[in-house]
Parts: sequence; structure tokens; C-alpha cells
Amino acid sequence: MEWFQELLGPAWLPVWTLVKIIVIVLPLLIAVAYLTYAERKIIGYMQIRIGPNRVGFFGYRLVGLGQPIADAVKLMTKEILLPTGANKSLFLVGPVLAIAPALAAWAVVPFTDHLVLANVNASLLYIMAITSMGVYGVVVAGWASNSKYALLGALRSAAQIVSYEIAMGFALVGVLMSAQSLNLVEIVQHQSGGFWQWYWLPLFPLFIVYLIAGVAETNRAPFDVAEGESEIVAGFHVDYSGMAFAVFFLAEYANMILVAALTSILFLGGWLSPVPFLPDGFFWIAAKISFVLFLFLWFRATFPRYRYDQIMRLGWKVFIPVTLVWILVVGAFMQTPLGYLFH
Amino acid sequence: MDFASLVFYFLAAILLLSGLRVVTAKNPVHAALALVLAFFTAAGIWMLLEAEFLAITLVLVYVGAVMVLFIFVVMMLDINIEQMRQGFWDYLPIAALVAGLMAVEMTIVVGGDRFGLTAPAPKPADFSNTKELGLLLYTDYVYAFELAAVILLVAIVAAIALTLRRRPNRKVIDVGWQVRQTAKGHIRMVNLKPQRPEYKTEDDE
Repeated sequence: MEWFQELLGPAWLPVWTLVKIIVIVLPLLIAVAYLTYAERKIIGYMQIRIGPNRVGFFGYRLVGLGQPIADAVKLMTKEILLPTGANKSLFLVGPVLAIAPALAAWAVVPFTDHLVLANVNASLLYIMAITSMGVYGVVVAGWASNSKYALLGALRSAAQIVSYEIAMGFALVGVLMSAQSLNLVEIVQHQSGGFWQWYWLPLFPLFIVYLIAGVAETNRAPFDVAEGESEIVAGFHVDYSGMAFAVFFLAEYANMILVAALTSILFLGGWLSPVPFLPDGFFWIAAKISFVLFLFLWFRATFPRYRYDQIMRLGWKVFIPVTLVWILVVGAFMQTPLGYLFH
Repeated sequence: MDFASLVFYFLAAILLLSGLRVVTAKNPVHAALALVLAFFTAAGIWMLLEAEFLAITLVLVYVGAVMVLFIFVVMMLDINIEQMRQGFWDYLPIAALVAGLMAVEMTIVVGGDRFGLTAPAPKPADFSNTKELGLLLYTDYVYAFELAAVILLVAIVAAIALTLRRRPNRKVIDVGWQVRQTAKGHIRMVNLKPQRPEYKTEDDE
């Protein structure tokens, strides 16, 4: 490694950072591909179906493990249609605006104490700011398509994301009050001490609000009114085909994994082991992310889609008051000798 | 020129260009998106000034919320651009005069040398801009801060009170009532004995 560093000289830092970025993004994209497979399989079994089981490798079916690869190849070879009357430049910029924040947010996500691309002080704020930009992909795509369905999807998505971002932000305020830090690594280190020390317990209402707001932020069922195929066909991406559509798909699933990772880091102790006799490590955060992702899929298989006014009511009239009250409770308790309950 | 000034001039160029696009773009959606880019680049410049909290808050509040609502409204407008551009040349001289005056005034008032600005020494890597701001806001400036918060709250309440219309005959379902409902009283279980149809079919004959 040092030999390499001498060889490259001042170019070492950018090159090394690039290598680290690839080491994060590549497994992420593979995880996205296999999350789609997991989704189809899990929901299939929940609905007493088998799910994809045909495409395998080298002539073996392998319970359909080749399906995501086949899907990706299919989408890449398809034509990208440009609707007449669409705003061409913005139509093509839309998917880029959707995926860029979904990937950029991973820059500050820690996987263990040291395994993090950028350990910055304000990483929680950074994540909130970057993820709040994801809505532009949806809005720009919906408007540029020059289609009524797409525009309706974009409008719904914009209103929904702005509403749920507030509750999500307040839920994070509770976490940073407890951890006394905006740094994700420090937030996890503050939760050390086993299963009962993680923030899901003292901040339970905020945990629930964050989890549900996360589902709404990623436009997943039962909050997927931006797509709502039974009402507005496919919403904002109705006019997209081929790779342009696939990029939206990638962005949605990368966002899902991001929200799952954040839930694990903020409320479920990140890479910390739940019991003292087992070592901490990357394995735990991977297991927690998988668990939260399973919840996402479970929600989708269980709940019918919310009506639009019910979504708005839940966001504004239920979640925001709940988070405000709990922030007040945490703040008040911190002034008493019982403050250790909230760390 | 060191790397930091290179980044600054790069961001400043994008900022100026996108600012120009905001006022010259014919399509209001393009103008709003250019404004988004301008905010984002301004955040980059603030980041360069080690004001990371302000930079991130700019993105979070203006890009993530305010501009989304802006675009939300602008997207639904059906603006006749020809009509908007009517009288452009009539207004141009006076507009140019006003713009020129404002530019002169701003250079006089907010020029860097007026404040004796010299580049401060860079802070160490573990300096937390957010923490320092928080400490100042909640100690030295706590009254001003709380006052601003109250004024904002009053503005919110006033805006809602002014625009909330209570229409008669609204068909609203009380959600609490909706949730409390059980099958009892809404479903009647009927025990039907199997019976032959009263009408005659061809099979009967």
C-alpha cells in the first residue's frame, strides 16, 4: 500500500477515495438487484405463490437466483423512448436526479467504527439534506414527461415527501438529543451496552415514526401513491422505458436500503452486538438492515394503499404531534436525575 | 492559484450562470430548477468557508422544502410566455437603471474591504461549526432566537387562519369514529337454509 502511495504521489488521495467509493457502490448495486429478487420471493411466499424460479446459472435453476441479472440485461437492451412533447433534456436528467442523492448519501454511512468513507461531524444533517433532494428526480420526471398521469404522480410525491420529511427530521432530533452528537459513528457508540441500551427503547415513539416515515419517503407501499398503478398507471415514471426506468428502480431500492441502514444505525445499535458475549462487527449491521428491509416487504404484502387524504392526515396530524411530544419528554427528563434513561 | 480558490471560482461561475438562467429562462420550471442549482452551489461555497451547518441547512430548507413547494406551484401554471414578454423593451431602460443603481449600492455597502475582511486561519479538523453555533444561539442570543421563533409561529397561525375556509356541507368522515367501528351492529349474520329455486328451469322438467 505504501509503495502505491509513493508511486501516485499527490494523486494518491483521489485515487484511493475512488477505490473506496467503488467498494461501497458496487456491493450496494448488487444488493439492490438481489433485494428485488428477495422482494418477489418473499411476497410470493406470503401470498402462497413461488415467485421467480426459472432463471439460474449454467443450466441450473438455483431457485431463480439468476432473475435479477436477466432483468438488468433485459432493461439495458431495451430502447429508451422519448415521448413527443416531452421536455427532452429534463426528461433525461430526471433519473439522474433521482439516483445521485440515493448514492451520495452513502458517503457518510458507517459500517463499523472505522469502516466509513467520510467520518464528518454533521453526518446526520448531511444525510437529511441529501435525501431531501431525492424528490427532484420524481418531480422533474413527472413534469418533463408531458403526461397527466406523470404530473399527478409528481405532485403527489412532492406533497407527500415534504410532509413526511418534517416528522422524520423531528424523529432525528430526538436521536441527536440522546446521543449529544450529529456524527453517526458517535451515535452508535453512545448506544453500546447491549440490546436494552439501543435507542429503540427510550425513543420508541420516534423509532416507529421514523420507520413509517421512511416507508413513505421511499414511496413504498402502502404509501406508494406516486406510482399508484390502479389509479394513475405508474405515476411519475409511466413514460420511462429501458435503462431510464431502471435507474428510477435502482434509486428507489437504494433509498430503501439507505433508510434501513439509517434505522439500524440510529435506533438498533448499528454494528453493536445485542449480547455482551458476542463480538461487534459488520455482520450485525448487515443483519439489522436485512431485518428492516424484510419489514418493508412485509408491509407491502400486508397493507392496502392509503387514501391520499389519510396519508396527509397521518403525516401532519399524528406523526408531527407525536414526535414533538416525545422530544419534549426527552428534553424534560434530561434535566432530572432520571436523565440516564435517555442516556 | 491554490486548490481552494480554484474550487471557489468554479462554484462561483456555476452560481452566476444559474442565477442568470433564473431571470432569463423562458420556462418558469426551468427558472425554478436553475434557482435550485444556484442554492446548491451557494451551499458549496459556504462549505468552502467552513460554515458546514449553514451550508447543509441551506440545502435542507431551501432546496429540500421551499423549492419543492415552489416547483409544485409553478408546474401547474399554464403561462403564456408571449403575453409575459409584452412590453419587455418598454421596461428595459428603467429596469436597467434600477439594476445598475442596486449593483453600485451593493458594492459600496457590502464590499469586502468595508468589513476589514481577511481570510481567517483555517480551523482544526475536529472543530464543530454546528456545536459552536448551537452554543451561541442558546446562550448569548437566546432571546433573539426565541423571539424569532415566536414571530414565525405567529406568522404560521395567521397564514392558516386567513386562508382556512370552512365550507358548509363538507363530507368529512370523523377518523376516530371510523377507527372505533367493529363488525357488531354493521353486519347481520343470516342463517340461510339451502333451498330450491322457486322458478322452474329446464332441468326440473
